[in-house]
Amino acid sequence: MSDPDQDAYKYGFSTAVEAVTLGRGLSEEVVRAISAARNEPAFLLAFRLKAFKRFQQMEEPDWASVDYPTIDYQAIQYYSAPKSKDKAAGEATYASIDDVPKEILETFEKLGISLGEQKRLAGVAIDAVFDSVSIATTHQSRLFDAGVIFCSIQEAVRQFPALVERWLGKVVPIADNYFAALNSAVFSDGSFVYIPPYTKCPLELSTYFRINNTDSGQFERTLIIADVGSQVSYLEGCTAPQSSKHQLHAAVVELVTLDDATIKYSTVQNWYAGDPITGEGGVYNFVTKRGLCKGARSHISWTQVETGSAITWKYPSCILVGDGSIGEFYSVALTNGRMQADTGTKMIHIGRDTRSTIVSKGISADYSSNVYRGLVQIHPQAEGARNYTQCDSMLVGKTCTARTYPYVDVQNPSARLEHEASTSTLSEEQLFYLRSRGIPQEEAIGAIVNGFCKDVLAVLPLEFAAEAHKLLALKLENSVG
Amino acid sequence: MLTITNLHARVDDTPILNGIDLHIATGEVHAIMGPNGSGKSTLAKVIAGHPAYTVTEGSITWKGADLLALPPEERATGGIFLGFQYPVEVPGVNNAEFLRLAYNARRKARGEAELKTAEFAPLLATRIRQAKMDVVFAERDLNAGFSGGQKKRNEILQMTVLEPELALLDETDSGLDIDALKIVADGINTFRRADRAIILITHYQRLLDLVRPDRVHVLAKGRIATSGDRTLAERIEADGFEAVLA
Repeated sequence: MSDPDQDAYKYGFSTAVEAVTLGRGLSEEVVRAISAARNEPAFLLAFRLKAFKRFQQMEEPDWASVDYPTIDYQAIQYYSAPKSKDKAAGEATYASIDDVPKEILETFEKLGISLGEQKRLAGVAIDAVFDSVSIATTHQSRLFDAGVIFCSIQEAVRQFPALVERWLGKVVPIADNYFAALNSAVFSDGSFVYIPPYTKCPLELSTYFRINNTDSGQFERTLIIADVGSQVSYLEGCTAPQSSKHQLHAAVVELVTLDDATIKYSTVQNWYAGDPITGEGGVYNFVTKRGLCKGARSHISWTQVETGSAITWKYPSCILVGDGSIGEFYSVALTNGRMQADTGTKMIHIGRDTRSTIVSKGISADYSSNVYRGLVQIHPQAEGARNYTQCDSMLVGKTCTARTYPYVDVQNPSARLEHEASTSTLSEEQLFYLRSRGIPQEEAIGAIVNGFCKDVLAVLPLEFAAEAHKLLALKLENSVG
Repeated sequence: MLTITNLHARVDDTPILNGIDLHIATGEVHAIMGPNGSGKSTLAKVIAGHPAYTVTEGSITWKGADLLALPPEERATGGIFLGFQYPVEVPGVNNAEFLRLAYNARRKARGEAELKTAEFAPLLATRIRQAKMDVVFAERDLNAGFSGGQKKRNEILQMTVLEPELALLDETDSGLDIDALKIVADGINTFRRADRAIILITHYQRLLDLVRPDRVHVLAKGRIATSGDRTLAERIEADGFEAVLA
């Protein structure tokens, strides 16, 4: 294991842990085996098989402004679960934290995530996912008392099959896109949240995703349902070991809000980005995230701070069906080295008086490419819809690129849309200016970059805003001057 | 307090300073004049530590220590201030917060406690009033969208807040109308004290009528060609650089 502090990417270590896998490659047998390994009910196997069938008929999308060699889907492992201490091979759930191999607990400790009783964060409940399996979910009983369900999706399938069956694939249909179809066929674990009516979730909920096996893809699935009048704030964090191989991460996240419900979903993504010079290795982050504002006056807010991955292909979106519903997208996407990001959002206005806000901040450095791609669509019946979009790009150095593709499709004349955009540079002169006033280089970069992103960082949950501040400054330290 | 000996510096492969010798004592105001391209701004930036310039020969001592060994931020916290000819815009960074960071960096270097926003605000308000600036400037982004004159006045404001021992003012007078020039000159004169030194880099006599220098130097081809008292500036104004350099 390499020393995490010695690497530029400090989460680049891997953990030696025995894994149960199904070998490489994808076939109907593999899909069936994944389902069988987890004793899934018939509806879920049918869901997977249908998705796999559609996946085979689909083609990998090529419209995004990203460039990568053809992925060999037969070279990937579609299931990797750490072997548990006492259980038979193949069985990979942990009845309690005591069953979790100590190497894995140490991995999460090293990442700053304590799963044990004593040291864990007081105000945040965490579901920790290691490769294909949810390791532990903290604060279960306190959430249970409030009627909140927060568990791995595997657990939810066992305990609340009706809820899962009702909502799974309803926001992101199985054949929505190539990667969503793949995920629907082979998804392993992820988090499940249900907030009962008129309940404000008493804790921040958080999932921490860790890819450890460098040969495995990660295909997690997250489903969050906020029932009438409820509220929840959810945060996901992600890291992966440094590897010369590319790792595929094709997740699907579905959010549903009923009448007057609110979901605030925040992401701090710091997957391994590959070698900054050669571009070797790094995670392909091909993720489908979508929220359905089904109920009237419901509210879904996406906040993302994307600082890692070799390639990011991700458009957290809102479908605003409920009258008066609100969708928000606040994004910071930082690319450096050889990273490529094509990210943005879709705001689909269907209900009356629906409102959406998009604030996107792209920072590109070195030889990276950073694209904002967004769609604001106003359907004919969406009387009185409003959108405000702001897209700002910051360039660090002269070898990076930033592009913006804002698509607008308005089919109702009462809609009001505003769009603002800007491009600026972080220059040696700006840095020198701050340093010449006594502000050290690191702090100066932090001040400039965080100043640029302040509208987005301001909406992050407090616990994570400070982390995001540091992460952004740290990432750019070697790209400037 | 500042001694420059045989200073040579280049940017990329172009030599710009070719042996500068200069000594400035506490309480003095020196003016540096010279034709375009003579190396005035380079001298200021080399003293402040701009990374684009490489010192190839010579030394600068500041309060008895080797200044060139320090990064720009430590030169600043050690008491040197550069008023820029072209202050850059830094969008998203609040002017007041920036000043507080800079002020605290200086306090920290002196081993003093850092000031919180609320503690810093009254000091800043006083200085803004003295600089005859509108208080809204404190809440705007650093130099962003400021006019040329506003940027220069913001430099003077920063100088009065940070209270350096040596202020290098690089063409702070250029681009100012006569009213703004008077305000800037008032700021400099108020700042002038027996325990502080000032270097004014300027093209024009008109600033030197308002801020009277003790010494005037004329830079040409990266060296100090001639020095004198303020009558030298008057001769330049009347006859041009050619005449005094001949």
